[in-house]
Amino acid sequence: MSNILEAQHVVKRYAEHTALNDVSIEVPTGSIFGLLGPNGAGKTSLIRIINQITAPDEGQIILNGERLQPKHIEDIGYLPEERGLYKKMKVGEQLLYLAQLKGMKKAEAMEKLKAWFIKFDIKDWWDKNVEDLSKGMQQKTQFIATIVHEPKLIILDEPFSGFDPINANLLKDEILELKQRGTTIIFSTHRMESVEELCDNIALINKSKVVLHGGKKEVKNRFKDNSYTIQFTGNLPNDNGVFEVLNTQNLEDGIIQAHIRNTQEVPVNQLINSLIQKVELKSFNENIPSFNDIFIKVVGGEANELL
Amino acid sequence: MDKILLIIQREYLTRVSKKSFWIASILVPFLIAGIYAIPLYFALNSNDTKTVEIVDESGLFKDKIKSKGDITYKFINDSYKVAKDGLEKSKSDILVSIPKDILTNPDGVKIVGKESVGFGIQNDIENAIQTELRNIKLKNANIDLKVLEDNKVSVSASTFTLKDDGKEESSSSKGAIILGGLFGFILYMSAFLYGSQVMNGVIEEKSNRIIEVMISSVRPFQLMMGKIIGVGLVGITQFLLWGVLTFGASTATTAIMSGKIEAKAKAMTQSGATKAEVTKMEKDLSSKNPLSEVSQTIESVSLAKIILCFLLFYIGGYLIYSSLFAAVGAAVENASEAQQFLLPVTIPIIVSFLLFTEIMEHPNGNLAFWASMFPLTSPIDMMIRLPFGVPNWQIALSLFFLILGFIGTTWLAGKIYRVGILMYGKKISWKEIAKWVVYKG
Repeated sequence: MSNILEAQHVVKRYAEHTALNDVSIEVPTGSIFGLLGPNGAGKTSLIRIINQITAPDEGQIILNGERLQPKHIEDIGYLPEERGLYKKMKVGEQLLYLAQLKGMKKAEAMEKLKAWFIKFDIKDWWDKNVEDLSKGMQQKTQFIATIVHEPKLIILDEPFSGFDPINANLLKDEILELKQRGTTIIFSTHRMESVEELCDNIALINKSKVVLHGGKKEVKNRFKDNSYTIQFTGNLPNDNGVFEVLNTQNLEDGIIQAHIRNTQEVPVNQLINSLIQKVELKSFNENIPSFNDIFIKVVGGEANELL
Repeated sequence: MDKILLIIQREYLTRVSKKSFWIASILVPFLIAGIYAIPLYFALNSNDTKTVEIVDESGLFKDKIKSKGDITYKFINDSYKVAKDGLEKSKSDILVSIPKDILTNPDGVKIVGKESVGFGIQNDIENAIQTELRNIKLKNANIDLKVLEDNKVSVSASTFTLKDDGKEESSSSKGAIILGGLFGFILYMSAFLYGSQVMNGVIEEKSNRIIEVMISSVRPFQLMMGKIIGVGLVGITQFLLWGVLTFGASTATTAIMSGKIEAKAKAMTQSGATKAEVTKMEKDLSSKNPLSEVSQTIESVSLAKIILCFLLFYIGGYLIYSSLFAAVGAAVENASEAQQFLLPVTIPIIVSFLLFTEIMEHPNGNLAFWASMFPLTSPIDMMIRLPFGVPNWQIALSLFFLILGFIGTTWLAGKIYRVGILMYGKKISWKEIAKWVVYKG
């Protein structure tokens, strides 16, 4: 799979600090890419460079195999974290204006917008003033403005912040639908549950640097600690040549739950084999770290190192 | 380029479709017409005649002071005290007492009114007594009044400017002052009016948080220039409307008023006024129209040249000031915060207007020359100088500096704008803004 976007050794310095320090990421075409990191890590700085709002001091951005240039503006749809609308303008008028600024012809924009208004069931909003819309309605309007020109790459900066659950779900569905149609989506967030749900690939930026980068599964595998959660009845010895019991907990009906670690890194079948010789196994699950765990481990770990 | 047109279009249409735009556009011309028409109206309709009783203790004035205009004089033979006590019940409005020793004590005249005595009527009474007193004194000194009248001359000079080809060109200083002041004032007003509209537009985009969406579609410089040009066109539209409506409204008032003046002249003739009095009344009233002197000046300095220069300096000045206003708008988060940064922008505008009197007195002096060259003051000050006649090379040089100034300020403003619009929640200082100017991309 080719990459729609590559950032190569991007450096961005401001007077007092370095916002991005040798940042390189690759975003595969047609994927959903999570740009993760704590507040102030440099996510928005990178997004602004991709949107050509600012320019990098060093390094370059490659979009579709070409060095980033003004014409690419039309290939990108951007929903910033600080998003707003002209309050005194009518909804339809405003969307038409924003679509035209993205290079659409007026008639074409009109047609596409009408389709979106029907899809979101908001036909009667066209002549409403933006200031008369509720926050949720404004969010829908902003989302339409981001995608109406059918960009190849959509960048959403903290898209779920400030969305109510209904709109957040709608947004999720739309993101997945856009992916179906081959659109690449980058979204930045520090909410890990949406990463679990949506992302194919991630990059974790912390303190201006990329500290983790890759496919969702691959990253998770990297953080596996060979531990398992088992439930059983019987007597499990603490020490065994193959595994080590980390902790146990008594559940109902004599069932015990334990965390064990595969200390010798033997194949799973062999591990199960050595278990069933001693106890009656009820369930067996590999512990796969959540992104929340990984995030805390990486970001927190680095914080500890610095301390 | 298409995008900048779209921005100009939006900026223009949203402002022109506002109610406030039309209210201002329509109200101002009527205010101007009103300022011109109201004094005329009252001058024409002051019908309340006053009856003035005169107690002449000196006996010098009896029947010599004639009723005139709105004032009817009536000499009575009662003593001052009796007349004063009787004033309340009499039909007369005012009582004047002329003392016995009026010839040596002209300050002894007393005027008593049923109501407080207005300044105008006091003036009329004083004049009437004064004129008669003077005649008496001249007569006592054996000076023939007729000889004196014949020797009254009035000098009225016409001013001319000597041109390079030795010809004299008529120039009217009075008209020039009015015209220069008018142009200067229009520029001064526009700089604040439309400059602050640009600034508020930028602040609005910033506080609405639409700005980041915008600059992911267009370059910040395009957005800034689109706004500046759009608002500039709003200004031009408004001035055109003002011009047309003011012209229309004042033509209408002039027509109505001259009809009334004619009617009044007729009435005066019928009531036995002399022709000279009627002409004087007409002249007095039409002098309340300030446009007559101006039109004379416009004829003396070529009209086309004035309009062309006005347009060029107006556009240049507007672009310089409004780009600075835009930069200030980008640096702050609300209008109240903008005040401290506005000072360096508004000071040159105010100073160039304060130089008005100095330039009027010495339109070709050193100060006037340099003020009309420096791009931050030249738009206003060159327009003040222009009706006095400015050599073409100076106009060209000033325009050259104006263009340089415009490129400089928009470059500077663009730099500040680009960084400022993305700055939130940060206290901005001058030092900070200076840093933005040197930021890369």
